[in-house]
Amino acid sequence: MQIRLVKKADIGTRRQTLIFLAAIFLALFTTGLFILFLGLNPIRVYISMINGAFGSAYRLEQTFVNAIPLIITSLGIAIAFRMKFWNIGAEGQIIMGAFFASYVALNHSDLSRPVLLSIMFLAGFIGGAIWGFIPAFFKAKWGTNETIITLMMNYVALKWIIYLQFGPWKDPSALGFPKIPNFAENAILPKLFGLHIGWIIALILVVLVYIFMNRSKKGFEIAVIGESINTARYAGINIFRTIILAMVLSGGICGIVGMIQTSGVNLTLSKEITGGVGYTAIITAWLGALKPHWIVLVSVLFAALIQGSSYIQSAFGLSAASAQLFQAIILFFVLGSEFFARYKVIFDWKSLSKAKEDRE
Amino acid sequence: MITVAFLKAAIIAGTPLLFATLGEIITEKAGNLNLGVEGMMLMGAVIGFQMGYSSNSPLLALIFAALAGGIGAFIYAFLTVSLRANQVVSGLALTIFGTGFAGFVGQKLVGLKMTDEFNDFFRELKIPGLGDIPYFGEILFNHDMFVYLGFITAIILGLYLYKTGRGLNLRAVGENPAAADAASVRITRYKYIHILIGGALCGLGGAYLSLVYVPVWQENITAGRGWIAVALVIFSAWNPYRAIFGAYLFGGLDIIGFRLQGTGIAISQYVFDMVPYVVTIIILVIVSLRKDKRNAPPKSLGEPYFREER
Repeated sequence: MQIRLVKKADIGTRRQTLIFLAAIFLALFTTGLFILFLGLNPIRVYISMINGAFGSAYRLEQTFVNAIPLIITSLGIAIAFRMKFWNIGAEGQIIMGAFFASYVALNHSDLSRPVLLSIMFLAGFIGGAIWGFIPAFFKAKWGTNETIITLMMNYVALKWIIYLQFGPWKDPSALGFPKIPNFAENAILPKLFGLHIGWIIALILVVLVYIFMNRSKKGFEIAVIGESINTARYAGINIFRTIILAMVLSGGICGIVGMIQTSGVNLTLSKEITGGVGYTAIITAWLGALKPHWIVLVSVLFAALIQGSSYIQSAFGLSAASAQLFQAIILFFVLGSEFFARYKVIFDWKSLSKAKEDRE
Repeated sequence: MITVAFLKAAIIAGTPLLFATLGEIITEKAGNLNLGVEGMMLMGAVIGFQMGYSSNSPLLALIFAALAGGIGAFIYAFLTVSLRANQVVSGLALTIFGTGFAGFVGQKLVGLKMTDEFNDFFRELKIPGLGDIPYFGEILFNHDMFVYLGFITAIILGLYLYKTGRGLNLRAVGENPAAADAASVRITRYKYIHILIGGALCGLGGAYLSLVYVPVWQENITAGRGWIAVALVIFSAWNPYRAIFGAYLFGGLDIIGFRLQGTGIAISQYVFDMVPYVVTIIILVIVSLRKDKRNAPPKSLGEPYFREER
């Protein structure tokens, strides 16, 4: 017997969704076995997770507060990933956005609120964009490996904030506790329907990124580069400029997250500002197939997962790392499931010629 | 500042990097880019520590650390080789998994220490004769057995790659799998075996951190070293011998901040903490500047092999 693989023609959205759901189910099942192994009842754990994420107005709000940075960061990552530019530097881009926005917030709190917030927003974008521009420039100019550079820049950004927090930006009134002063009232994002207005920014960005990726010439060029750099070259696309533009947008959008998290959630800058969103968003961007509308759905579900996990941590005494494990397992299964959407497995019992007939 | 003690410490700090770099070299030679190095190191580090703590047997700790890295690599191999999943994302998923795994298992290990009896296994062993050479003896030949093991592994790997038939086959798999396949090299088997060995080496690199280098369990004990190892693969141009040099060089960078602080230079420790990362960036950019065919990655790196697509 011989096992052979045949590439499938494009399969329908319905089958694709079914395969995706089957993967999620298998991931839940596997995690369930793991939970069982820990001596807990998986059904009960899952139910309290759902309860922890949606069970009360406060928990629901927390879920959405978690979803906002995930959605926006995933959008940023999706632009780069569409180009097969493996930007795993969202973490650093968020931090630099937060740093730039905080600089404005801490030094110019005398400005009126709308002006200050607008400048902070712009500063956040610029901070992230600079952190996105650097690896893009090296990649476009000399083909330098972007994966490692973007990741190394995460560490550089993080060490920089730690330096500020323990050094020049340390709050003198905090009695030696290493913390950066809280923002003035002026520099804090207003709320709408009980939630800081980051959610409106997120929704606007979803629409803008959707239009950019699917309706604009530049968005199309980014996708072409992702498919084949040779095709792009042949089609006369300015590869250098397109890579730079995509990464300035990708980094800039992540930088906005930094502004939102400092101004809307933490009310100051700290080394914990990202909460690991930069890495989680890689998962959500991929699970959302790099499509803005799917990203929203996946991000909200993941935010619920994170919120639910933090709830069960106290209820069942599980470690904070369990959420991360859970997320990785889901990603493993979805990555594996894509195979079944793309290939058909043929078990060749008789001869090769017989299988050839089947294919035709 | 460049003293005997510093150079010796650089070699020790470079040893976990060397193991991980060698692991990634052998993986990439099979045409697979595994960005899960950091995750596999963490898995090896935490399982090695857990095993060492509960069994008090250094050997068991090492075996289980290698196994843990291998299991991580197996997940990756199954996804990318058998199921042809995207290698970059699969590797990232493995890093996230490994980080979560180490956090989960290591939760109860934070702050624990090994017994003196256990640590004695990793004491410095002076090599008779060579160890007595002035300066060089102290720098190179007066180390714990892990350091020697890393050195020997690099040489064995180099011999394997360049002097054996299997090594040639492996390089063919990484360069041109279709041609290797036509020459009846078992592509899938080659990829699996070498990805697994690579994972085991990464696991051992992690175990060196948790068992010898630190040697107390702390969260995120690798601190990005897995990623530096991925960069070192490029820096050493996929050559195990050059990896020795690269790993020790970066070992030196890793500790330079700490050393400079001792000299009383008035720069914050946190700024020095950036040094290894910034230098990695600079070196990668410089390496990408020199375009030399001999320094090129294996041709099929990152591409899934699909026989029917020829």
